[in-house]
Amino acid sequence: MNKITNIKPVLKIQNLKKSFGNNHVLNGFNMNLFEAENLVLMGKSGSGKSVMIKCVVGLMQPDTGTIEIMGKDISKLNQKEFNNLRSEIGFLFQGSALYDSMTVRENLEFPLRKFPEYASKSEKLVSEALENVGLSSAIDLMPEELSGGMKRRIALARAIILRPKIIIYDEPTTGLDPITSKEIIQLMKGIQQQFKTSSLIITHDVDCARVISNRMILLIDGINYMEGTFNDLSASKDKKVQEFFK
Amino acid sequence: MTISHKIAQKTKTFLIEIGELSFFASRYFKELFSKPFEFNELLLQCYKMGNKSLLLVGVTGFILGLVFTLQSRPTLMEFGAESWMPSMVSISIVRELGPVIIALICAGKLSSGIGAELGSMRVTEQIDAMEVSGTNPFKYLVVTRILAATLILPLLIIFGDTIALVGSALIENLKGDVSFQLYYNKVFNALKFSDIIPATIKSFFFGFAIGLVGCFKGYNCKKGTVGVGEASNSAVVYASMLLFVIDFIAVFISDIFFEI
Repeated sequence: MNKITNIKPVLKIQNLKKSFGNNHVLNGFNMNLFEAENLVLMGKSGSGKSVMIKCVVGLMQPDTGTIEIMGKDISKLNQKEFNNLRSEIGFLFQGSALYDSMTVRENLEFPLRKFPEYASKSEKLVSEALENVGLSSAIDLMPEELSGGMKRRIALARAIILRPKIIIYDEPTTGLDPITSKEIIQLMKGIQQQFKTSSLIITHDVDCARVISNRMILLIDGINYMEGTFNDLSASKDKKVQEFFK
Repeated sequence: MTISHKIAQKTKTFLIEIGELSFFASRYFKELFSKPFEFNELLLQCYKMGNKSLLLVGVTGFILGLVFTLQSRPTLMEFGAESWMPSMVSISIVRELGPVIIALICAGKLSSGIGAELGSMRVTEQIDAMEVSGTNPFKYLVVTRILAATLILPLLIIFGDTIALVGSALIENLKGDVSFQLYYNKVFNALKFSDIIPATIKSFFFGFAIGLVGCFKGYNCKKGTVGVGEASNSAVVYASMLLFVIDFIAVFISDIFFEI
């Protein structure tokens, strides 16, 4: 496993709260993601993991709390500044979320379109991103022609095309067979090592957490219930923690 | 729950929806005039909506002209007024029947298509992915589609009206021995600007309504495949209702400015 070499957090979340009516999903969640770190966030369904990452990327507004990305408080940024900051974050959606009216090439070119400086380099960047996920031959295919694993790889290629400093993975192995899951996990590890990205990985997959995590957080009842390495957490005697590793 | 309670609940839901639709429309106008402009996507949507509806509109228009002429002929003959057929058919089609029927056909095709497409993009997180990549999905998906529908529908209606008059001329030629030249001479003598201009203006509003409702339903689609079906279905229903409301207002206003 990689050692954390720098203690500067690239993503800092403090006292994050979010409720939907009387349903208090996040109750003061705190988290730091450090440079070149793989942080795994585990929690039951409905524990607020997806809400938390949606708050980070601006798809939802938290009720209270602060989110700092690369030292910038996102609540103090205007839309343009926030959109620029978003280019530092890659996001792998659970269902891949490829644009199904576009080819693989167009899917990968889409994040580049708002940066005129990439216009001349887009061909090269697309080829490199596809090489990184081992799917160069799929460049002119439509998403409907791809298998689940291939879609996940293409989505990963799209997430890394702008060379983000942070990649957020929302359940990257869900719905995939064990072999493809392992391939995706290895791919994630490879990308982290190649680009020195910080990764926040939301998963239920214990194998995935074991292989990839430098550190883990268990999210229970809207708070970070326990933090530590995989070994620390798996050895815990706490019943709520043990449920995850059974 | 009593009947009055149910009616109150339904009315409240309906009014909330009208409020949300108005807010959605105001956001459209705000985003329409702000940069960046998505010209390529707009052109693509215009092409898709226009090209893919052309055959349907053509067939509908042709049958409309054909049937309308066939059905009106016996009555006009009874009064010895069959020579009025081109004038009656052209004015009816250009002023009212053409725009409304073609707009309804397009509401079925375009509004449900937009609703299903955006709804499916919403539930598969494609819209979220777009937003995360720093692109404004409202501008890219909604503004372009509503604007494309607004621009394309008048063209489709003009095309449909033209084909309807061809259908009508064909029947007159076969049944009444009226030459195509004579038929069209009578059509152009009968039609005035006061017939064409209000109809063209209202067709822009029809296009806007079709695009707006389709986008509103699809963009705000609830999670799940059931939500996509509902978005598509309710887009057609709401768009059709809105078309009749717009038509009523348009006819009312036309009556003030142009003598009908």
